[in-house]
Amino acid sequence: MSWARRTSTMPSAAQSRFSRCFQEDTMNRFLARRFAHSLVTLFVVSLLVFFLGQILPGNLGRAILGPFADLQAVEALNHQLGVDRPLLVQYGTWIWHFIQGDMGHSYLYSAPVADLVVPALNRSLKLAAVAFLIVVPLGIVGGVVAALNVNRPTDRIISICGLSAATLPEFVSGIVLILIFGVWLRCLPIAAAWPDGAGALTQLYFLILPSMPLVLVLFGYIARMARAGMIEALDSDYTRTAVLNGLPWRKVIWRHVLRNALLPTITVIASQTGYLIGGLMVVETLFRYQGIGSLIYDAAKGKDFPMLQACVLIIGITYAVATLLADLLSFRLNPRIRMGG
Amino acid sequence: MTDFAIPVTRSRRSELLTALFRSGAFVAGVSIVFFWVFCSLFGPYIVPFDPLADDVLNALGPPSAVHWFGTDQLGRDIFSRVIVGSRDILTVAPLALILATAVGTVLGLLTGYFRGIVDDVVSRLIEAKMAIPGTIIALLAIVALGTSQTTVVVVIGLSFGPVIARTVRAAVLSERELDYVAAAKLRMENSAHIMFIEILPNILPPILVESTVRLGYAIFAVTTLSFLGFGVQPPSPDWGLSISTNYSMISGGYWWTVVFDALAIASLVIAVNLTADGLHGALDD
Repeated sequence: MSWARRTSTMPSAAQSRFSRCFQEDTMNRFLARRFAHSLVTLFVVSLLVFFLGQILPGNLGRAILGPFADLQAVEALNHQLGVDRPLLVQYGTWIWHFIQGDMGHSYLYSAPVADLVVPALNRSLKLAAVAFLIVVPLGIVGGVVAALNVNRPTDRIISICGLSAATLPEFVSGIVLILIFGVWLRCLPIAAAWPDGAGALTQLYFLILPSMPLVLVLFGYIARMARAGMIEALDSDYTRTAVLNGLPWRKVIWRHVLRNALLPTITVIASQTGYLIGGLMVVETLFRYQGIGSLIYDAAKGKDFPMLQACVLIIGITYAVATLLADLLSFRLNPRIRMGG
Repeated sequence: MTDFAIPVTRSRRSELLTALFRSGAFVAGVSIVFFWVFCSLFGPYIVPFDPLADDVLNALGPPSAVHWFGTDQLGRDIFSRVIVGSRDILTVAPLALILATAVGTVLGLLTGYFRGIVDDVVSRLIEAKMAIPGTIIALLAIVALGTSQTTVVVVIGLSFGPVIARTVRAAVLSERELDYVAAAKLRMENSAHIMFIEILPNILPPILVESTVRLGYAIFAVTTLSFLGFGVQPPSPDWGLSISTNYSMISGGYWWTVVFDALAIASLVIAVNLTADGLHGALDD
């Protein structure tokens, strides 16, 4: 191991200055800044979502009623939908209603979007929770093992498998898993549709196979981050000090290296929420699971733009909340900041 | 990453090639990629059957001596379809990637070189883009613009651009402080000259590595869109599309209708990753 190869993202001078200036409100200020960032991000997302809705070809009333509807009906519908008003007014109205919990009306299901989105989001969260419960420990262990064997065959195998798993489309791994466990071994159900009133364990049993494609993709990301964090921590001054102080290697790893190495991994796990929902769309379609992903898929297939826009904005919000939580968590976990130097 | 520009001379280049071809993983990856490129170029001339020809009498036949990979529900030869099916993905994904690399390089050069307000605005935009998964942006745009190959290329290209821009920006940030940039500034060269003539050639290696890595993701996104029915349209033998039309039959035991397409996608994705990994290793040392 070469100590000279130390690569820290934060210069140590800046670090100590940061610690010295630590006050009670550092965290509040930090969170306020991140919160402001999230709001700006959400604003841009909402603009993007809204204006993509505007380039829908032809007019909305015509698209909904079909080519044979008469002109009066189309114009009446356009007026009713408010699409004949100025864009800025439409955007304002949309956002204002959204904030008040009125997410619009789905043409496809003729129901308020909120009534459809909430149960769907709940189901998707269950699936995502199962996937995360499996992949977080697995990914961290994979990354740590790779880092401890850096540049040896174990590391190469874990890294290449992780990278390949991360770029293997979910429907490809999903199909192979369905074939193996659902069709040939017949040990896991191939559709995530449990009987009504099923208990938590039954639901878990139905969700194992659908969560696997997500696990494969996320494993690559998490393992790569954990590996990079570990390598950096192993190369750092405090590890050298601990080793030179004669601490047993095992203790060095547990007490000093792991704690510092896993901080960036938390941020990465949170940043995968965005990906996760894209992945959910494929997995939920493949396994016929009525979550937010399949809702988006149906909305896109049926050109149900109000529902599509609402869903995408909700995804943006979920992402922003997850990122904020990750910031909060890494703030709490980082001893340098928490103890104030 | 090297801290200063090493001129890529003949000896350096041959050194690189030797390093690359000594790595078994890289050679395997490149060979598989070339195999599929060959199939996409010459597939229609070498396959035993017309990939689009129905033969309803032989529908859903299991793999046999005549039909190596079996036949689908219209009796089309799956072996021929898998070979020719490489064509769409190997056109759309690389085109999208070229667009993404161009967009990403320009954005990265601008944000990294000018910093300040340009950097802030573009960074916020990139952050916003990161908040929505690429597949969903692609979906929104495709629903709005209608399904076509061009839409898929443009949408994936534009949504991958910002990701590449981040890498380019990071590379530019470390380059712009170096002496040769200061020298160019002293010579009163304009910004465009410094960015594209001075800095760009020196940051090509990280751009190349990033693009190869992103090619894997582009293939991911393109096949996913085909699978969801928003990309290539029937009767194309595209892999993602074939899986999407046939996967409802696997519970009936017709595994051969999807498994070979799935393996084809997997082999291409893994091969691209092996190539990217090899390049990364060789160029970063």
